[in-house]
Amino acid sequence: MTAAARRTDRGDVEHGYRYVEAWGMAEGAYGRVFLPRNVEQIRAALLHARAAKVPIGLRGTGNSYGDASMNSDGFVLDISRMNRILDFDAETGIAELEAGVTVRDLWRHILPLGWWPRVVSGTSFPSMAGIAAMNIHGKNNFAVGTVGDAILEFDLVLPNGELRTCSREENADLFHAAIGGFGMLGVFSRIKLQTKRIHSGNLRVHAHANRDLRELMDYFEEHKGSADYLVAWIDCFAKGDALGRGAIHRANYLKEGEDEHPERTLTLAHQDVKPNLFGVFPKSELWRPLRLLNNDPGFRFVNTVKYHTGRLEALQEPHTWTHNEFSFLLDYIPNWKWSYGRRPGYGLIQFQPFVPNDAAHDVYCEILRRNQAAGFVPYLGVFKRHRPDPFWLTHAVDGWSFAMDFKVTPRTRDALWKHCAELIELVLDAGGKFYFAKDLVLPAGVAERMFPADKLEAFVRLKRELDPDELLQTDLWRRVFAGVR
Amino acid sequence: MGAALVKRLANDGWNVAALARRQDALDELAAACAEAPGRVVVRAHDVHDVADVPDLFEELVRELGGLDMILYAAGVMPAIGEQEYDTVKDLDMLAVNTSGCIAWCNPAADLFRTQRRGTIVGISSIAGDRGRKGNPVYCTSKAAMNTYLEALRNRLGDFGVHVCTIRPGFIDTAMTKGMDGLFWLISADEAAKRILSAARSKANVRYVPFRWLWVGLVIRHIPSFLFRRMTI
Repeated sequence: MTAAARRTDRGDVEHGYRYVEAWGMAEGAYGRVFLPRNVEQIRAALLHARAAKVPIGLRGTGNSYGDASMNSDGFVLDISRMNRILDFDAETGIAELEAGVTVRDLWRHILPLGWWPRVVSGTSFPSMAGIAAMNIHGKNNFAVGTVGDAILEFDLVLPNGELRTCSREENADLFHAAIGGFGMLGVFSRIKLQTKRIHSGNLRVHAHANRDLRELMDYFEEHKGSADYLVAWIDCFAKGDALGRGAIHRANYLKEGEDEHPERTLTLAHQDVKPNLFGVFPKSELWRPLRLLNNDPGFRFVNTVKYHTGRLEALQEPHTWTHNEFSFLLDYIPNWKWSYGRRPGYGLIQFQPFVPNDAAHDVYCEILRRNQAAGFVPYLGVFKRHRPDPFWLTHAVDGWSFAMDFKVTPRTRDALWKHCAELIELVLDAGGKFYFAKDLVLPAGVAERMFPADKLEAFVRLKRELDPDELLQTDLWRRVFAGVR
Repeated sequence: MGAALVKRLANDGWNVAALARRQDALDELAAACAEAPGRVVVRAHDVHDVADVPDLFEELVRELGGLDMILYAAGVMPAIGEQEYDTVKDLDMLAVNTSGCIAWCNPAADLFRTQRRGTIVGISSIAGDRGRKGNPVYCTSKAAMNTYLEALRNRLGDFGVHVCTIRPGFIDTAMTKGMDGLFWLISADEAAKRILSAARSKANVRYVPFRWLWVGLVIRHIPSFLFRRMTI
């Protein structure tokens, strides 16, 4: 046995020294990253941090757009090597997973057996630990809630090393606080979740082109009772009467018998997208030519083209998409974020306010107008419908979210942050919320304004009880919770 | 060879961390670079101690304030008798030439991948081109290094990281001291100059000096039934 293997055997934990970055690349920091392979090694990493008196931040696969899994002042615990699928029951659809298993690992394991994760993000790369800590939602949030609603049970390694199993029956408080607790209460090590039975590898998709925001919202309200998925893309460059124009995709599962060949569509071969464009150009290289379009005129052009192709698509009959294609649009072009720049500090942020139903239309129109007036027009805008859930620090509201991708360069950064600060006021005044998986711009004081006082207080109390030395910290925690720590 | 590289880099203004087994040789190197514009940090380390590498790597990168390039120049070539099959000796060669290279280049690859920038330079050898009767495991260790570095180059290319494999011919160092039949011998300093220029120009594989490329080309194409009868 080699010396390195012996060390690992003792319950010690491997580590590396990396540049740990926000997914959007606008921020990053160098630091020690622990890579545990089991619960013993999670404990060892926590002990290392405690002994060194250095805070440790928790990281899954690093897919949060902002600094939710960065810890500039200390260590990072990366859970991605704990990636075994422990069990999947093809009768009940209950999956038991190590926390580093990704959404992609999961769906590829269960789809051939006729199951699909109940809630998935727009990219398939996040880990189970990450989606639980962020309580992510999907294009079906309005119908089935967040991923927390699909989680049955999990194991959490507390900062003192104790392992606590939580569910709605056992340690219910911790269950509802740790889901959406953005890694501040403990390390997810095992997650058990309910998946959904599917009778086809395809979805039936209806396309609709909306001329403005009002039409979009009416369409959603009309269909949210019957649709399984609803998502809209918005051309953020459009002005005046066309403000909020875009394209809506509404999808439904196929019922048993509707797909004549489920044995063919429920295969990975059917789900996999082709790696080349037109059979020749590798998609993994597409980000390079996309760089040429990554500016205001370029994306004004892209958005206009997209809107009009969306209108053509809407004229067609409903068509079928595979689950993979429909769910993980963000994975269609590998490394597309590099078209925003590759040097640290260049990249994008995503700004995603959640606004209650009544105020949403006016707030979002105002945001669209202010973006254009300030010269910060998002290159990508995505609309979704949401519903509340029982988790303490949830971002979900009975209302809408509008996700906007803003380009960041070191030169525009300060002005963009100032612009976002104005938008944040607008959203908070309307009773809105924000989502930590997407955030890099919220200032201190926002937590107090967006969460119900009793929930926030209870969360902070639990944090003090389980982690009195604040061993678990991230840049996000220090930034947004500065006032309540 | 390592010392010559350190001196060149320090004189070009780079901050350099130098690792070697002997502290006295390192002190000498540090003293020789005292006047150089770049800072030289020295640390005694034996590449057999792979378990120490992650900590040491982190410590040195922090001390240098970042890392742009890593050069792996450690290598041993003990004399092997014509009928000698000494497993201990052979595996030790692999430990230094190959395992050590992997133990140091892996953490560098991980760092460079995440910062999307950096250069890995491995000093391999023309000996890796063929398996020779003279020193089977030396050739093996260098062939393994060539393949490892090529694979790193391929997997890191997308991340803006460059990997450069150097295949030196005869260089005037301790390794070649007292050997017979040397030709085209160049000094370690001259070799260092050419190695750094290869790394700067993003060469994938570079013979040093360049004319060994033609030798390598010929040697790689000698058919086996002839090669086994030759003395090279």
